[in-house]
Amino acid sequence: MPIFEVFRQEKKGQAFQHAGSVDAPDAEFAETWAREQYGRRGESEALWLVPREAVHEVIDFPDEFDLKYRRVDGYSLKARLSVARERAAARTR
Amino acid sequence: MREREQLLALADDELVIGWRDSEWTGIAPTLEEDVAFSSIAQNEIGHARAVYELLAEDADALAFDRAPEEYRCSPLVELRLLDWAHTIARRYLYEQTDRERIERLMQSDDPVVAGIARKIDREEAYHRMHAELWAERLRDEPRFTQALEELRPYVDGDRATRTPEFAELWDEMTCVRRSAPGAEW
Repeated sequence: MPIFEVFRQEKKGQAFQHAGSVDAPDAEFAETWAREQYGRRGESEALWLVPREAVHEVIDFPDEFDLKYRRVDGYSLKARLSVARERAAARTR
Repeated sequence: MREREQLLALADDELVIGWRDSEWTGIAPTLEEDVAFSSIAQNEIGHARAVYELLAEDADALAFDRAPEEYRCSPLVELRLLDWAHTIARRYLYEQTDRERIERLMQSDDPVVAGIARKIDREEAYHRMHAELWAERLRDEPRFTQALEELRPYVDGDRATRTPEFAELWDEMTCVRRSAPGAEW
């Protein structure tokens, strides 16, 4: 049986988040079952049902070189800062 | 039928079909269907409660403290059905007749009755969707078409008498309340 991934929007305007999945023979059954599993307690504003095979998965992220400078957290500055502080202190002495 | 009798028949139908359908909890054909079917069963009992509350001070007393002969449910909902084809056939037949009845009640002169009927109808829309989806899927399955033929005569069955299967249902459904008469829960 095909698997449908279920994405749930909790409130209008919010991003859809993955909620789980349902095994269903077609989209209509998936809708009926997903309504009962993910919508019957008023916990969802909307659902997206996506056949799993429609999902293009990306899992391979090589990091052969040190590319930390590209990341939002960047290089750790802690060690460099303490060196700089020591140097500045030596200069004023 | 006067409106009060119609409402009692509706509430009894919803209580008993909800009760019968809940017998599938844990043993439905797939997990997803198990969750959905149990949820629908619970909705039906919720509809029964809303209507009993309209008819009586004490909805629980009306639901559970009557003698079997005082219930007004259809023989269709009383049957204990042990296979899925019959169970879906009953849901399908039930939703068809239930729809006509709810539509009538939505036109009631009593605004409270019309309001409750509209609320019930909003949930029944999904029950109908579920029943029609299954009926469509099993359309060419002989076990399903035979079950429809077998059950169709029960749709307009006599509401004044109970089927033999009701006695056991009633006994189980009311046994906790009968074990402690007058208790506050």
